[in-house]
Amino acid sequence: MSALQTYRLRVRRRHRLVRAIRKRRELRSMVDRTAQIKSTDLLTFSTLRNERVRLPYFLDYYRNKGINHFLIVDNDSDDGSLEYLMEQPDVSVWHTRKSYKRSKFGVDWLNWLQFRYGHNHWCLVVDPDEFFIYPFCDTRPIRALTDWLDASSIKSFSAMLLDMYPRGPITEQPYQAGQDPMEIACWFDAGNYTMTKNPQYGNLWIQGGPRSRVFFPNEPELAPALNKIPLVKWNRRYCYASSTHMLLPRGLNQVYDEWGGEKASGLLLHAKFLDTFTTKAEEELERNEHYSGSVEYKAYAERLRDAPELWCKWSEKYINWRQLEILGLMSKGNWA
Amino acid sequence: MSVGILMLVHTAFNRAEQVARHWTKYGCPVVIHVDASVKPKAYKKFVKALDDVPDVRFCKRHKCEWGDWGLVAASQSAGETMLAEFPDVRHIYLSSGSCLPLRPVQELKDYLAARPRTDFIESATTADVPWTVGGLDSERFTLHFPFSWKKHRFLFDKWVDIQRFLRVKRKIPNGVVPHMGSQWWCLTRQTLSAILQDPDRDTFDRYFKRVWIPDESYFQTLSRLYSSNIESRSLTLSKFDFQGKPHIFYDDHLQLLRRSDCFVARKIWPHANKIYGGFLRSPEGAIKMSEPNPAKIDRIFAKAVERRTKGRTGLYMQSRYPNEGWENGMTFGRYSIFQGFAQLFEDFEPWLARATGVRVHGHLFAPERAEFEGGQRVINGALSDAPNNRDYNSIAFLTNLIWNTRGERQCFQVGPRDEGAPVWFFARDPNAQVSVISGAWAIPLFKSNLNFADIRKEAARLQKLENDQLYALRSPYAKARVRIWTLAEFIEAPMEPLQTIIDEIGPEKARRLSEAPKMTDLTGFGQFLQNLKNQGMHPYLMGDFPVSQAETDQKKPPRKPYLVQ
Repeated sequence: MSALQTYRLRVRRRHRLVRAIRKRRELRSMVDRTAQIKSTDLLTFSTLRNERVRLPYFLDYYRNKGINHFLIVDNDSDDGSLEYLMEQPDVSVWHTRKSYKRSKFGVDWLNWLQFRYGHNHWCLVVDPDEFFIYPFCDTRPIRALTDWLDASSIKSFSAMLLDMYPRGPITEQPYQAGQDPMEIACWFDAGNYTMTKNPQYGNLWIQGGPRSRVFFPNEPELAPALNKIPLVKWNRRYCYASSTHMLLPRGLNQVYDEWGGEKASGLLLHAKFLDTFTTKAEEELERNEHYSGSVEYKAYAERLRDAPELWCKWSEKYINWRQLEILGLMSKGNWA
Repeated sequence: MSVGILMLVHTAFNRAEQVARHWTKYGCPVVIHVDASVKPKAYKKFVKALDDVPDVRFCKRHKCEWGDWGLVAASQSAGETMLAEFPDVRHIYLSSGSCLPLRPVQELKDYLAARPRTDFIESATTADVPWTVGGLDSERFTLHFPFSWKKHRFLFDKWVDIQRFLRVKRKIPNGVVPHMGSQWWCLTRQTLSAILQDPDRDTFDRYFKRVWIPDESYFQTLSRLYSSNIESRSLTLSKFDFQGKPHIFYDDHLQLLRRSDCFVARKIWPHANKIYGGFLRSPEGAIKMSEPNPAKIDRIFAKAVERRTKGRTGLYMQSRYPNEGWENGMTFGRYSIFQGFAQLFEDFEPWLARATGVRVHGHLFAPERAEFEGGQRVINGALSDAPNNRDYNSIAFLTNLIWNTRGERQCFQVGPRDEGAPVWFFARDPNAQVSVISGAWAIPLFKSNLNFADIRKEAARLQKLENDQLYALRSPYAKARVRIWTLAEFIEAPMEPLQTIIDEIGPEKARRLSEAPKMTDLTGFGQFLQNLKNQGMHPYLMGDFPVSQAETDQKKPPRKPYLVQ
């Protein structure tokens, strides 16, 4: 990497940060409980729109794992999400009506909140349909992980997106508020992921899974990226460059070992494909607020009309993190 | 009073307090050293919390940083306090704030009382052990280290380089042979006092202040001067990972720690409530006299280090993406690739499956779709047969397939039509067994019902493609087990090569082949090749195929006419 390239990335990072700071004006604080945040607290950041039914389980899941405070941007929900969040004792919530797309799909808003509140904290950036799984997550809280990462001088932790889906048509089993989504969407693809290195940012670009298999069999290059780095010991100089797929400075993207070893990594179980998905896909298609002209949602809407099945004979049923580790989707690294 | 505990604390004071109370409750005095960089407020709070415990002392504070002299100074001060304040103490045990006694204190006391003259300190010469991390072993003792490795890595490294260049060699004080080992020791009063009251202590201190990581060598070296009986091991269970930082114990290690029979373990995660609760309570049951046995814990941590440094062979994932040449095996296990066999033999695939019992696929890299065994659309790991998906990253397709079918050998066909096949990849892979009958692609053309002009064009294309593939398989980079026959060569004696290949694939079925695959009828093939030649397209990959059918016919003696009388 030449000095010029390094400098370019530096400029880009600065530009991102300035942009994020400017975009703070789009956010209106509804409930600000950030005064409660203690210096060692674990924070979760999220952007959402119309996710009321998912919120109770989402918040409980992360509370149980030891998250101390949630900082959430509500992008103009009309299903009561905002009101529900405002009632929660450990949630600070901001509201905006502005375009999701024009804030780089929420990245600018969260970059600002992380800049303002995340400095020197371990920050987890997840969507309400993403559930963070890490080695030993059944017996150790997230704090055990972050303490170990601190002791190992590791600043960022990788967690690939693992798409979960139900058996049978998506609409067959309705999701109830408070329910564990993994009761319905408990199947996943175990071994059809491909990856390439992004030479500029140094991150891996991972594609595959059921979305690539069913929705993009002929245009695999359009399939969504699955690599994510959601857990970072934040510094106000950092920023996410594209969703949580990659970070700047680029050293934070080095979450994989290049010399044959395995670094520790986790997964984000992605419970997107519940019965709520069909209406969501249509709505999102209309709003056209998603990545690359919502190509993803176009493909979904197209296929969803013939009610496809994501499940196949070789789908794996989710049991626990050890199963995912054995399958090679995540790794304990040298954490024992 | 037989054992005194020195405790070096810099964080998690509530846990340190708990442990200190535990030691004193069972009759072990404790001297605590608190890192000088701890804020006065926190320090005062900690001292106050232990107010009510009579046998706790606080010693002079030093600033402690990893790999620094401060840790030795702290141990010295704490040791001096212990020797002066508790004259009954016979053994002095150095521990940290995150150490935890695993066995009843009485057992430790009995154990040490039975060995009143023994010093438990891990101590080995640098030449004999490969422990060191960072490549500095004997140089720790012969160079100067004024810069912190943690904070000023650049200066540290440069300073080492400069000294190497200048061939700096420090003089080691008289009579001292440098030794190293775990910093957690248990020394007798005699040995410790001899070290601390040595008239030459200033000389030694001055020397060790500039040694790298003196806490791993100061006491380890000097105890060799005075001790009458060194047992070179630490009583503290403390495992280090490949970067030299200690492994941490969590609640789920509780049973493991119980069964280890070690006296003290380090380091425990401060929030591991179950462990602290489980071990810091009054002992129940009979007192054991067993030796510590950390073998099982050793194994778990050794495995963790191996996973971090070597990883799982053949796995490519979000946190393991090896550079070329660093894979420790490019694929998970052995697999076989056949080129030309399915064209020459009519029933090759089912025959191979019968003969070897392994999984036989068709042309996985066929342009139409991946021909999985039995015409399946999706296979292990939900790998799809969609051609675009496969060709998007054909190497990942192959490595995924081999990884997904761990424990079961895969065989598949390749041919010149399969342009997407990662030939260079499997040519370089020692796990691949590649068998090629070159020129066999002409057989389907020969049998086809195409116009001859089209056949000629297609033959020229396939010959060129196969030639490129053979170039890869014959290149000096090829590490696969490659066998190449020309078609002419192969049909002369087909059974012998088949037997060799099968023997290599299936160890469990090492018997003679009872049935041969059915070879397709090649009558007229020679003429077909000749026709291609006549049209100006020279098929050379088949070898010297008998040109005219007449020759082969001649070998058959004409039927004898017989007379009916």
